[in-house]
Amino acid sequence: MKPKVALYWCASCGGCEEAVVDLAEAILDVVNRVDIVFWPVAMDFKREDVEALQDGEIVASFINGGIRLSEHVEMVELLRRKSQLVFAFGACACFGGIPGLANASMRDELLNYVYSEAPTVENPENIRPVPDYKLDGVKLDVPEFLESCKPLDEVIDVDYYIPGCPPSVGVIVDALNALLEGNLPPKGSVLASQKSVCHDCRLNTTKPEKILLKSFKRVWEAKPDPDKCLLAQGFLCLGPVTRGGCGALCINGNMPCTGCFGPLDGIVDYGAKALSFIASIIDSTDEEEIEKILEKIPDPLGLFYRYSLPKSLLDGIRR
Amino acid sequence: MDEETRIGVYICHCGRNIAEKVRIDELLDFAKTLPNVTVVRDYKYMCSDPGQKLIAEDVEEKGINRVVVAACSPTLHENTFRNACRRAGLNPFLFQMANIRELDAWVTESVEDATEKAKAFLRAAVNRVALHEELEVGKTKINPNVLIVGGGIAGISAALVLAEAGVKVYLVEKEPTIGGNMAKFDKTFPTLDCAACILTPKMTAVKAHSNIELLTYSEVEQVEGYVGNFRVRIKKKPRYVKEDLCIGCYECVEDCLFAEPMFPSEFEMEIGKRKPIYIPFPQAVPLVPVIDPNTCMWLTAKKCPQYCREACEPDAIDFNMGEEYADVEVGTIIVATGYKPFDAARIPQYGFGKYENVYTSLQVERMLNSTGPTGGEVLLANGKKPERVAIVHCVGSRDENYNRYCSKVCCMYSIKLARLIKERTGAEVYNFYIDIRAAGKAYEEFYKKAMEEGVYFIRGKVAEVTDIAKSEEEKGKLVVVAEDTLLGRVRRIPVDMVVLSVGLEPQEDVDRIRNMLKLSCSADGWLLERHPKLAPVSTAAEGIFIAGCCQGPKDIPETVAQAEAAAGEALSLIERGEIELEPNISFIRRERCSGCRICIGVCPYGAISFDEEEKVAVINPALCRGCGTCVAACPSKAAQQHLFMDEEIYAEIEGVLL
Repeated sequence: MKPKVALYWCASCGGCEEAVVDLAEAILDVVNRVDIVFWPVAMDFKREDVEALQDGEIVASFINGGIRLSEHVEMVELLRRKSQLVFAFGACACFGGIPGLANASMRDELLNYVYSEAPTVENPENIRPVPDYKLDGVKLDVPEFLESCKPLDEVIDVDYYIPGCPPSVGVIVDALNALLEGNLPPKGSVLASQKSVCHDCRLNTTKPEKILLKSFKRVWEAKPDPDKCLLAQGFLCLGPVTRGGCGALCINGNMPCTGCFGPLDGIVDYGAKALSFIASIIDSTDEEEIEKILEKIPDPLGLFYRYSLPKSLLDGIRR
Repeated sequence: MDEETRIGVYICHCGRNIAEKVRIDELLDFAKTLPNVTVVRDYKYMCSDPGQKLIAEDVEEKGINRVVVAACSPTLHENTFRNACRRAGLNPFLFQMANIRELDAWVTESVEDATEKAKAFLRAAVNRVALHEELEVGKTKINPNVLIVGGGIAGISAALVLAEAGVKVYLVEKEPTIGGNMAKFDKTFPTLDCAACILTPKMTAVKAHSNIELLTYSEVEQVEGYVGNFRVRIKKKPRYVKEDLCIGCYECVEDCLFAEPMFPSEFEMEIGKRKPIYIPFPQAVPLVPVIDPNTCMWLTAKKCPQYCREACEPDAIDFNMGEEYADVEVGTIIVATGYKPFDAARIPQYGFGKYENVYTSLQVERMLNSTGPTGGEVLLANGKKPERVAIVHCVGSRDENYNRYCSKVCCMYSIKLARLIKERTGAEVYNFYIDIRAAGKAYEEFYKKAMEEGVYFIRGKVAEVTDIAKSEEEKGKLVVVAEDTLLGRVRRIPVDMVVLSVGLEPQEDVDRIRNMLKLSCSADGWLLERHPKLAPVSTAAEGIFIAGCCQGPKDIPETVAQAEAAAGEALSLIERGEIELEPNISFIRRERCSGCRICIGVCPYGAISFDEEEKVAVINPALCRGCGTCVAACPSKAAQQHLFMDEEIYAEIEGVLL
C-alpha cells in the first residue's frame, strides 16, 4: 500500500503549492509513489475526509503557511492527530514568513486599518468579521483572526522543516526521497544544507579575502556585476547568514539573497545574527559615517526579519 | 569528562569591602542550593595564601573538580586563582570568578539589593563553570631581536640599553639622521647643558655598536606576526649616496651646482637654507649626505653636470638608486615615533607666516644654536638684535579649539628660551602664560631664577599679535594683546619679536603606525599604554612597547626613563625565551564554515586566513587575542571562542536572570 500523504495551506500566498507543481515530471513520480489523501488547493477533499481517517493513518503531512486564523489551528491540530510525521513546509510554516511581518503591528491595529483606515476602504457601517454570524437564519462560521501570526511549531509538534520561499525543487525532492526511503535525519532537523548559501554560490570564489564595506547599494540603484560576489559589490546579500540548499538561485538571477531559508543550526535569532554580521563589516569607526552608511537600510525589520519575525526574540516581547 | 561535576564555591569578604554590603551567611546558604555545588566556604581574604590553600585542600580531600570564587574583579585576581587551581592539580580553566565587589558591593546602595545581586552573579558563575572545558595554553618562542621605530632620544636610549645587553637591535628612522627633535635644541632645561653635548655621544655610540643595525631614511612598511615572532618589512628611501662608501667629507655638498644654499632646510625649521645635496647638521649620524629629489637639478630635470659625483672620491653618489626593502624578523617592537610640533599657522591671530618676526620656539632654538643659521644669535629679520621679545605660551595646547591637553614641556622650554634670549641679546622678555607648570626636579628653581634675572611673566592668554599701532610707542612694533588676569585689564605690549611656544601633537603618520601594529590611541591621538599607572610602556598588543612622546607629551628625562623601561620589558620577554598564549582564543568549526570570509576582514589581529583547498576560514591560534569579534560576526556560528562558548554564555545569562 502506498503511504498516505496530506498537503495543507494556512496563512500562505500559494507559492508553496506552486513549488509542488513546479516539481514538473517529478510530481508524476511522487503521485505514483504516494497516496494523496488531502490537498485542498488541488483536489476535492473535505475536512470530513480527514476526520474519517484513523489517528496516525497519514504517514506525512506537509503544511505550509503561518498560523493566523482559528481555522488554521483547528486544521493543523487535526492533521497532527492523523499524521505520523508533520513537515513544516516553507518559510511561513518554519519561521512565520511574510505574513509574520504583520506581527510588527497589534491585531486591532491591523483590523482597524484593513476595515476602516486604509484609503481604499469604504465601510460606513464599520462592519467587522465576527466568529458567529447569522445570515437569513443560517449560522455562518467565520474563523477568528488571532492575536498574532505564529510559525507551525508554536501550535503543534513539528518533526521536520523544509525551508524556503518557496522551498526549491531540490530540497523538496530530497525530503520526499528521504521520507520514502526511510532516510530521515533526527527529528527536528531542517532538511536543507548545513552550510550557508555562500558555500553553494558560484560567486564565492570571487569574494575578496577581506570584506569591509563603506557603502551599501540597493538593487534599484545599480546593476550588479553578475560575475562578482554581490556583497563585495555592496549589495546587501544575506547569503552568508542564510542556510543553503537553494543552490544560490536568487544570486544566479543576479539578485541578492533575501534569507528565505532562514538561519543555520544554533542561531537563535536570524535577524539579530544578520544585523550582527552586517554591522561587523561596516568599514568605519566614525559614528556619523556609520549613520550615513546605515541610511541605505531604511527598513531593517523588513530586511533582516523578512521571513522570521514571529520566530525572533523581538516577537518574544509580544509573547 | 565522565566524572561527576563537583563545584567548590568560595565567597570572599574582602575585609569589609564585600561583607558590609552582602549578607555572607545568606549567600552561603544560597550557594548550597545550586546544582553540582559540593563545597561552600567563605573567607576574609580569598586572595591570601590561607585563602588559596582552601581550594587546594578541597580538591585534595573533597574531590572538587570545578571552582567558583566570588570576590573582586577578574582583572585583579583571576590569575591568582587560576594558579591556585593549577597548583592544586586542577586545570586552571575549570574556574570562574564572580565579581561581587566592583560590580556589586561597591556600587549597590542597599544590603538587600547587593545580596540579591551577589546571588545572581554566583548562580551565573556556577551555571557556567559546569560547562567549562579543560584548556591547554600554547607557548611561543621569543625571537631575541628587537625592532625600534624612531631614532630620537627615546629610540636611541632604548637601543643602547638593549645592545649593551647583547641584543640585536634594528633601529629605524624616517629622517636622514637620528637624533630626532632633541638634536634641534640648543640647551636643555633645567640645567642649561647643551643638548648636542649630551645627545651626540649617544648617537655615535649607536652608529658604532655592533649590535645595532641602523636604518635611517627608512620606514617600517609592514608588520606581520605576533609577540615573539614579528616579520617586518622596512622601506629604505633612496638617498642617492651610498652609505657604505661615503666618508662624510662634504666635498659633494661644496661642489654642488648650487653654489649657495637656497632651499629651506627642514632641520633648521625652514629659517636656514640648504642645497639639494645636504647633511642635515654637522653631527648627523650617519654623516652621509642625502639628495633631495625635488630640488636636485639632475633628478628633477636631468640637467646638471653632476659636479657632486665628480667631487666624490669614493664614488658614493648613485643617481640610479631606488627604493629598497629589508625584511627582518624580531620578537619585540618598541615604538618611539615621538611627536610633531603644533603648526602655529593654524592660529591666524598670532600672525605666524604673516609677520616676519613671529617665530616658533623650535626656530628660536635653531637661532640660539651655534651651528644654526644665525650662528647662535637671536636676530630679527632685518639682522638686528631684538630689544623686546614676547614668548606666547600654550600655542595649540590647553585650547578648546586645538588641543585640550597640556603639552607639559612648553612652560619649561619657554622659560629656558627667555633666559637664553635675555642672555644673548639683553632684550626685555615677556612670558604670556595661563599657568606656569614647573613640576619636576629643580624646575621651580629654574623658574624662580628666570624671575630673578628679570624675565617678565604676564598671566594671560594672548588674544592676538598685531602690527596695527594704537599709540606712538607701538608704531613699527608687533603688539601682543592679552588680558592680564592678575591686573584684571587688557594689556598691549609692543615688542620686536614674538616666540610662539607651540605644543606637541601626535606624528602625522601615527594612524598608519597604529593600524600597522594594531595599537590603540587616546582621543587626542597619542598611543595608548596598557595601563596608565601599572603598565605605562606596554600596549594592548603583546610584545609591542611604547616610549617617549608617541605616548603623550613629556620631557627628556621622562622620555629616557620610558625608553629604558621599554627596553627592560623587551629584555624581560627575551630572557623568558617563550610565553604562554591566552586560552580564550577563537577557533573555526570547519564542518559549519561556509567559507563566506566575513570573519577575515573583521579580525583586528590579522589572525584569520582562508584555506583555499578546504574552502574554510582558519584561525592562527598564536595570533588570536581572543577579542571575539569574529564570533559575533560569523553568520554560521562556525567561529567559536574558548571560555565564551554559546552554551557557557547562555548558562551564565540564565543564571543572572534569577
